[in-house]
Amino acid sequence: MGLHRKVLIGNFAVAEAVKLARVDVVAAYPITPQTLIVERIADMVERGELKAKYIRVESEHSALAAVYGAALGGARVFTATSSHGLLYMYEVVWWAAYSKAPIVMGLVTRVIGPPWNIHSDHHDILSVRDSGWIVAMAENVQEAFDLTIQAFRIAEDKRVLQPMMVGLDAFTLSHTAEPLDVPDQSDVDAFLPPREPLPFVMDPAKPFAMGNLGPDEWTMELRWTVWRSLERAKHVIKEVDREYAKKVNGREYGGLVERYRLDDAKYVAITWGAWSGDAKEAVDKLRDEGVPIGLLRIRFARPFPREELLEVASGAKAIVVVDRAVSMGLDGVFSTEVRSVLSGRVPVKSVVAGIGGVDTSYRDFVNIFKRFVDEYEKGETQEWIVPEWYMPWFKG
Amino acid sequence: MSVSLPQLVKSPRKGVMPGNPACMGCPHTIGLKIVGRVLGDRAVLVVPAGCTSIIVGYGGKESLDMSFVHVPFASAAAVAAGLAAAFERKGLSDRIVIAWMGDGGGADIGFATLSGAAIRNDNIIAIVSDNEAYMNTGIQASSTTPWKARTTTSPVIGKTEEKKDLATIMLMHKVPYVATASVGYPLDFAAKLKRAAEIKGFRFIHLHSPCPTGWRFDASKTVEMAKLAVETGAWILWEYNRGRFEISPPSKPFADPSKRKPLKDYIMAQGRFSHLKDEDIEFIARKIEENWRIVRMLEKIFSS
Repeated sequence: MGLHRKVLIGNFAVAEAVKLARVDVVAAYPITPQTLIVERIADMVERGELKAKYIRVESEHSALAAVYGAALGGARVFTATSSHGLLYMYEVVWWAAYSKAPIVMGLVTRVIGPPWNIHSDHHDILSVRDSGWIVAMAENVQEAFDLTIQAFRIAEDKRVLQPMMVGLDAFTLSHTAEPLDVPDQSDVDAFLPPREPLPFVMDPAKPFAMGNLGPDEWTMELRWTVWRSLERAKHVIKEVDREYAKKVNGREYGGLVERYRLDDAKYVAITWGAWSGDAKEAVDKLRDEGVPIGLLRIRFARPFPREELLEVASGAKAIVVVDRAVSMGLDGVFSTEVRSVLSGRVPVKSVVAGIGGVDTSYRDFVNIFKRFVDEYEKGETQEWIVPEWYMPWFKG
Repeated sequence: MSVSLPQLVKSPRKGVMPGNPACMGCPHTIGLKIVGRVLGDRAVLVVPAGCTSIIVGYGGKESLDMSFVHVPFASAAAVAAGLAAAFERKGLSDRIVIAWMGDGGGADIGFATLSGAAIRNDNIIAIVSDNEAYMNTGIQASSTTPWKARTTTSPVIGKTEEKKDLATIMLMHKVPYVATASVGYPLDFAAKLKRAAEIKGFRFIHLHSPCPTGWRFDASKTVEMAKLAVETGAWILWEYNRGRFEISPPSKPFADPSKRKPLKDYIMAQGRFSHLKDEDIEFIARKIEENWRIVRMLEKIFSS
């Protein structure tokens, strides 16, 4: 196992992973803050460092359409976008998932306007949660790199064959340089062999219809196939996580979730994405003060870590979910999901924070966690049915 | 590079098979039969939303004997480009990817996609089978619907804008091959497909497809109507092939207005134009003459 310590921003780390994955076809349209991923890949292709076809499409809609076509043609494919770019792709997002096309997408999470805002929240990535994509989110540059390589294995696995999105927060990861371990090409090759052809291929010699009209029952059966693929993906994600650690860089993340100081935790905080690092520091601070709190970091929004959550919740007195995306008229996005899985087993407090990219520091997490524990201990949980909008600057 | 009628008729590959769900007299089925018989052995079709989404038949009883993939409305040329890129990377460059679309998929909602594929010179053949309205959703006006034509979204006075000249626009993308064709001239269309297939890069064919359902004429007269369009000079067959522009043989005689059939015969045979007055037809005649001037000029410019 050969590892090389490099210092890369998140976007360059993703591009490096795409190169090591020996992608065949890339199509992308620039949008801040994703641009540096695709600029770097275009550079690698023009210099001959990556033997791939780079299609300079005229829109995100065509970016995903082109890699969809290439995936049907048997190629290993990659695209990347953010925010409005993802929304512009939206119909192809669903089309690709329902076609079971193994596409990998880098998604640098960014606020959806208006107002124009290029910073990170999670409304873009979570807008695809019902579509059949596998949806993951990195905490740091190393994980964005590792997840991108793993994504090809997961998406292309015969038990899965679904597209996968790797999320990384705008600027916090995309434009922040961090040290990371980059493996040797030979180690990645051993972990990620060339893509196998699909069970179906677009061959003129054997007439084949893809996506044709049929009985409604066919559609429902196909949706069920996607459903089962995502259920099977849970196992594949864990398997790939372990194998990556063994063959590539020794890091095992824990599958669908990362468990941080949860062993004896009575209070559980739930987050995902880059700010989980700040949340972990806040957990440490509260632990120092004797509060038995831990963090469940969600790595995969889809498939959702249902079983992991139930297991962690079984020993918990109360849970706080800090969301960077809100389902207007209901709740924070992950809060709805956590409440849905737990069905009232454990009281859940929902906090909506960091919307619009508002900086949310370790101190904010300390405040949020302390208030949560305090409210629980005083029995003041009646208000927990609606989310708390954490806006300490707001005097209105 | 010509194709004979017996070759087309006797081809083991049929393109479209009998018993398909197209309307009676459907021009797309004529076009698809020719595509299938000329290129079916090498081609994969990419089909966006449109009449062809239905014509290809119900799952398990497909009416095409070709491989095809359905794709979202605005995505055909991009999916085709991706498929072609994959075939190239996999060493399967003998496969031809055809984006087969209607005027909606090519001239309107998918226009930016088509333009993008053209300017990149993606290795695909794009065919717009133009029936001059959104027929699949029930005859709504598109950007290739002619001036004054009645549709369900221009139901009384008819369309107030002119028909977009898609083929000339595609020619201005500096691609290697652009042609117009007509379902009334199968051998001309077949020869153009064959020539296009020999070229690498972006190739575009604008196929004129008179639609009895949408234009309101008898279903037995599709070919007659397609021929009338050419014989009256209203639809001009031409071909641009890597630097050389030519008015195609079936259209050549009609460069001379005195050789053309009366325009009124073509216009008034269509129910969608039944409200037109003589001065409207004169206006259309002047517009047709403008098109001829453009085409003659292009022939002059690209006559190397």
